[in-house]
Amino acid sequence: MKAAGAIVVLLFGSLLIYCTLDFPSWGDPTSPASTHVSPYYIENTLKDTSVPNIVTAVLADYRGYDTMFETIVIFSAGIACLFLLRRFKHVEPDTRLYRHVPTGITFRIEKGGRYPRESDLFERIDLQWVPHDLIIKTTCRMIIPFIQIFALYVIAHGHHSPGGGFQGGVILGASVILFAVSHNLRAATNRISEKNAVLLCTLGVFLYAATGGLCLLLGSNFLDYSALSQIFGIDPVTARSHGILLVEIGVGMAVMATMISLYYNLASAGKLDEGL
Amino acid sequence: MLWLIQMIILIIVVITALAAITVRDLLGAAILFGAYSFMMCLLWAIMGAVDVAFTEASVGAGISTVLFVSAVFRTSRRTKD
Amino acid sequence: MHDLTLIIISKLNYWIYISLMMIGLYAMIVKNNLVKKIIGMNILQTAVILFFISIGAKNKATIPIIEHAHGSGDHAVSALNYINPLPHVLMLTAIVVAVATLGVALALIIKLHQQYRTLEEDEILAQLQDD
Repeated sequence: MKAAGAIVVLLFGSLLIYCTLDFPSWGDPTSPASTHVSPYYIENTLKDTSVPNIVTAVLADYRGYDTMFETIVIFSAGIACLFLLRRFKHVEPDTRLYRHVPTGITFRIEKGGRYPRESDLFERIDLQWVPHDLIIKTTCRMIIPFIQIFALYVIAHGHHSPGGGFQGGVILGASVILFAVSHNLRAATNRISEKNAVLLCTLGVFLYAATGGLCLLLGSNFLDYSALSQIFGIDPVTARSHGILLVEIGVGMAVMATMISLYYNLASAGKLDEGL
Repeated sequence: MLWLIQMIILIIVVITALAAITVRDLLGAAILFGAYSFMMCLLWAIMGAVDVAFTEASVGAGISTVLFVSAVFRTSRRTKD
Repeated sequence: MHDLTLIIISKLNYWIYISLMMIGLYAMIVKNNLVKKIIGMNILQTAVILFFISIGAKNKATIPIIEHAHGSGDHAVSALNYINPLPHVLMLTAIVVAVATLGVALALIIKLHQQYRTLEEDEILAQLQDD
């Protein structure tokens, strides 16, 4: 097996190296990749859409159909992970561990005992428990709002700086994962439950497709944002810029919800009770 | 000058890639993969692809490493090979 | 001999990208552990993305965000001053697909571990042949 793998790799590698002898030199402005379609995009983006970030404009406006299917791909990856791992039948574990917060004593209650009521004094911890770490909890609680504000900035400022819907959505999802890692998985699930996460994901994809459908209903092509100028009362160039913002928000919502749902399912192996 | 920085970061990228598939501890392999992602992000930022570098920094080094670590946590950590 | 050194110097970075791709492919084929195979798949994906981004580079050109866009009047935008934005757009989609594939692959690994209690490929095949 190793010999066959080494032979295949060497064969492919030498074939590819032989092909590189024909390549244009690095950074050549007259190479075929830089002279056919991309000069049109570079020169006409500001005139057509008034968005300085060429990559965002091409991704969300000129090639918006591709991006819609990319959003559907990431949505179906979250759904596939849910289908593969999730176990809905809730089996109660035999023992539970509780911690008395003021003194720090942990005690375990076997099956058949009486569980303490929900209050601030007793918190339930995972079976693979870690010591009560005040520094990590407090630091993460203070940092998470700033991470979320930065993520919203990245989504909204995608027109003028590197960024956009996808990057902002991933950072939003990462903030919720940070909360789930520093506290409990149950604490994160109480705030954004699994049902809400899947609903958000669907809403994001629906927002994207509905923007395209709205343009269709207003008489233009699917995903042709200049038709939005009829309902907003602005010129077509600014309407395209607003259409790009709308679909970026849709992409951001879908990506955030998928990252959260992926983490919930992977960290608890489908049972959604105890995580990392 | 720029090609010198690119060469150094490329060598670090190759070393981390080789190390990530050779180490016997799966948690170490996941962390080395996170380091590989970060170096790739630097390389793309030097080449001028700022959007792609931003995406790789948030996705590859953030989400990917966390997902790997949680999957290793739920399965076994040592490997023989 | 002088031609050979010239060829090597001008194409060396392409050869390093190809060797990175081959490292990922080798890990996917040869390694027994399933997590190592997935790491190899991701190395292959990011190496392909690196190769595509290197196609879009241009000498003496800046990043693809138009400067002085809403400032003083209209400047003529020349395609020679900005690097090629098309490979960036395509590679953004490629990174999204890579992370989606990673999520589903790790879910499959957890399922396999729950069924067979091991992650080594030869032990799983041996257990399959015993059934």
